[in-house]
Amino acid sequence: MFGLDLDDELRFAAGELILTPTRLWHMDQSAAGGGRGRSWPLDPGFELRVGDRSGLGLIEWVGPEGRVASWRFTSGRMSAARDFLERYTATRRGETTSEADGASKPRACPVCGAGLGPDQTECHRCADRAAKPGFSALLRLTRFAGKRRAMIALGMLLTLASTAAGLVPPYLTQPLLDDVLIPRRHFELFPWYMAALAGAAVLAWLLSWARTYVVAWFSERIAADLRNQTYEHLQRLSLEYFGGKRTGDLMSRIGSDTDRINNFLSINLLDFSTDLVMITLTSAMLFWLDPWLALATLAPFPIIAWLVGMVRGRLKRGFQRGNRAWSEMTSVLADTIPGIRVVKAFAQERREVERFRESNDRVLTANDRINTTWAFFGPMISLLTQLGLLSVWGFGAWRVYQGDITPGILMAFQVYISRFYVRLESMSRMVQATQRAAASTHRIFEILDRVPSIPEPTRPVHLGRVRGEIEFRNVAFRHGARPILEDISLSVQPGEMIGLVGPSGAGKSTLVNLVCRFYDVGEGAILVDGVDIRSFPVSEYRRNIGIVLQEPFLFYGTIAENIAYGMPGAAHEAIVAAARAARAHEFILRLPDGYDSIVGERGQSLSGGERQRISIARALLIDPRILILDEATSSVDTETEREIQVALDNLIEGRTTIAIAHRLSTLRRADRLVVLEHGRVVESGPHQDLLENPSGMFSRLHRAQVELALGVAE
Amino acid sequence: MHTSNTTATGAESGEPAVTRRCLERDAWGRLVWVDEAGVRHVGVHAARAFPLSDAEGFVSILDEGGLELAWIESVAELSESTRRILEEELRQRGFMPVITRIVRVSSDTPPADWEVETDRGPTRFRLESEDDVRRVGPRRVVISDALKMRYQVPDTRDLEAYGRRHLERYLY
Repeated sequence: MFGLDLDDELRFAAGELILTPTRLWHMDQSAAGGGRGRSWPLDPGFELRVGDRSGLGLIEWVGPEGRVASWRFTSGRMSAARDFLERYTATRRGETTSEADGASKPRACPVCGAGLGPDQTECHRCADRAAKPGFSALLRLTRFAGKRRAMIALGMLLTLASTAAGLVPPYLTQPLLDDVLIPRRHFELFPWYMAALAGAAVLAWLLSWARTYVVAWFSERIAADLRNQTYEHLQRLSLEYFGGKRTGDLMSRIGSDTDRINNFLSINLLDFSTDLVMITLTSAMLFWLDPWLALATLAPFPIIAWLVGMVRGRLKRGFQRGNRAWSEMTSVLADTIPGIRVVKAFAQERREVERFRESNDRVLTANDRINTTWAFFGPMISLLTQLGLLSVWGFGAWRVYQGDITPGILMAFQVYISRFYVRLESMSRMVQATQRAAASTHRIFEILDRVPSIPEPTRPVHLGRVRGEIEFRNVAFRHGARPILEDISLSVQPGEMIGLVGPSGAGKSTLVNLVCRFYDVGEGAILVDGVDIRSFPVSEYRRNIGIVLQEPFLFYGTIAENIAYGMPGAAHEAIVAAARAARAHEFILRLPDGYDSIVGERGQSLSGGERQRISIARALLIDPRILILDEATSSVDTETEREIQVALDNLIEGRTTIAIAHRLSTLRRADRLVVLEHGRVVESGPHQDLLENPSGMFSRLHRAQVELALGVAE
Repeated sequence: MHTSNTTATGAESGEPAVTRRCLERDAWGRLVWVDEAGVRHVGVHAARAFPLSDAEGFVSILDEGGLELAWIESVAELSESTRRILEEELRQRGFMPVITRIVRVSSDTPPADWEVETDRGPTRFRLESEDDVRRVGPRRVVISDALKMRYQVPDTRDLEAYGRRHLERYLY
């Protein structure tokens, strides 16, 4: 049985194909079809075909005179369709199989139907979709605060203490005024009041000093933890993720967004908690002094609360837009600075300046929008507090006149209130800071919530050093709906060298990326030494793989560090030995600093061939069992290729090698060549055998290259 | 010039094994390497593999074309005279004055003119960019000037406060 999900008009509708020992049935289960069935006898000369047409699956029932019927389905059901085809083939051969047979087969994701590894219950795309941030971004920061619990508690305590100390002076002004100054007696108490006021000021200063230090200490650490963890998480994400991201955007997230959070925690949150404590304590004080006057003080509160609510949403959207604009601007930089040669060569400096200006303008617009809102909001709060102060003066003067309160109380009130309103103003600034930090936090958690699409196995198989036997078992891989590889089955013996040949876009690079586990297979499995590679811990597995790429990447650092990249701390002797085998030793000695010469960005400039030989030495040093050569000689001239070839021969020796090459000469040492076309293996065999089939793909490629070489020679 | 003749040297000492794998300087001041087989290679030069991170070990003897003739893991394995010639040669090759005092720096940010005292006497140079100051060990710093001439400070702590302050600006 196979469940169809599209009808003839390509509308979503349920249907079923059912196989009986003698007939093929199609049941139309859509509302219009109402369960009507048609059937065809399994006559000789008829066959079932499963294919893939522009992103949709197609099942055809073909007779001797042509196609009898056909059904389409979405590509997610492809592996189920393949199973159906297998059962059909078995039925035609007269074997009886049951649905339960599927247990021994690779399982499929229950959500989308993609193939699963041995330990997976859900394919990574579906698992990825399931993990979404559910609650307020800022609250999630507490996850990072846990480790610094003690310091945070100390900071809170100090905040409380220093705020309380700040409340002492105004409290003393009331008796000073009412008992000493107005009655003009007990002047002997005056120095004591002065001393107490000074003491309170010094205490408040000491406490807030300690508080600021402690709070800055832990917020700096929380931000550093956040940066580390984000970067660590980023390193675990698969190539697929990086393929879809812009470098500048990621850089700005890890750099400036964490810094904003740090500022928020150390400055704004500190101020906010101080304000909160201050306001609570002050209002308690006010009510204690005179409840009626206190009520008059709180009058502007509801208006402020309403204003805050109005402004908050606007600011949040503004900051999100601002951050996006900012990372777009960083992206422009990250894009053009490494590509500066192309920019200059095509004389496009002006255009790049224009592009930067445009994105900078977007930053400007976004910030202007925020500032417009903010410019209105801040002074508005000031006005309200001024009005509040005025109402207290008026109401207070009336109560003094009535004899309800003393002038000392009114004085103390005014001192308290002025602080109270200052706090209120700074609290309203908190609205802005919170929204800014929330927007940044959201961007950080966007990375942290991303589930690595190369999952670590739940029951890892430890492998140590592999023998290097690789088997591809019905491997398929698709990018969205576009199939890249289909039904690749191939087995490679330990120590064997396989050359992958085929036109661009045939899926060669994808195939080696699958071997490296940069991506996971869509269907089928890749086995190393007979074990599914998804059962190995990823880094343990990759330690067995050496890779030499078309564009060798050297990090900023010395040559020795670059060679020892896969094995930090390798002895100098080992580094030199690897460099010798890679034919890099002598050119390295010609550099003024030998192995200590700085290469990579901003470093010594090396030729393509020299860089390639360093990357070969890098692969040699880790002594991998499996070696991937992805167009290792494509970007150099033939003379350099010859030099590199000697280095490569040393590297290949005794290792299972999968090499991709456009130049067929690079593959002369390959034991077997595998020709890929449109994601399928079209030919495979030793060099000579393939040449003997003149109509084969390989012969065509070979002739084309020979003709090209002759053409150049003429 | 690959002048190679097979006259075994050191026949007068009667012990050819000692005089093989050795360096000599000929009448024109060229270096001559005598290899294991007693073959004389004229005009060779010597290079350290790790001049900064391991300034004592690993020396390579290369011929004029840059091909390696010998690999010396440690100079201790060489004879006294060879060692002297080798060290003299390497000193010339790795000319890198040691800055003992920074007298004056014209500006806080590059480009800046630096007036320094070195173990080879006082000099001045121009620092073009902050990337030209490079830490190569826990305390060792190498500075390249605008003409790619290099100076070293073996230990930044040995500098006076003024110089240390200027140098440490570039060492984050």
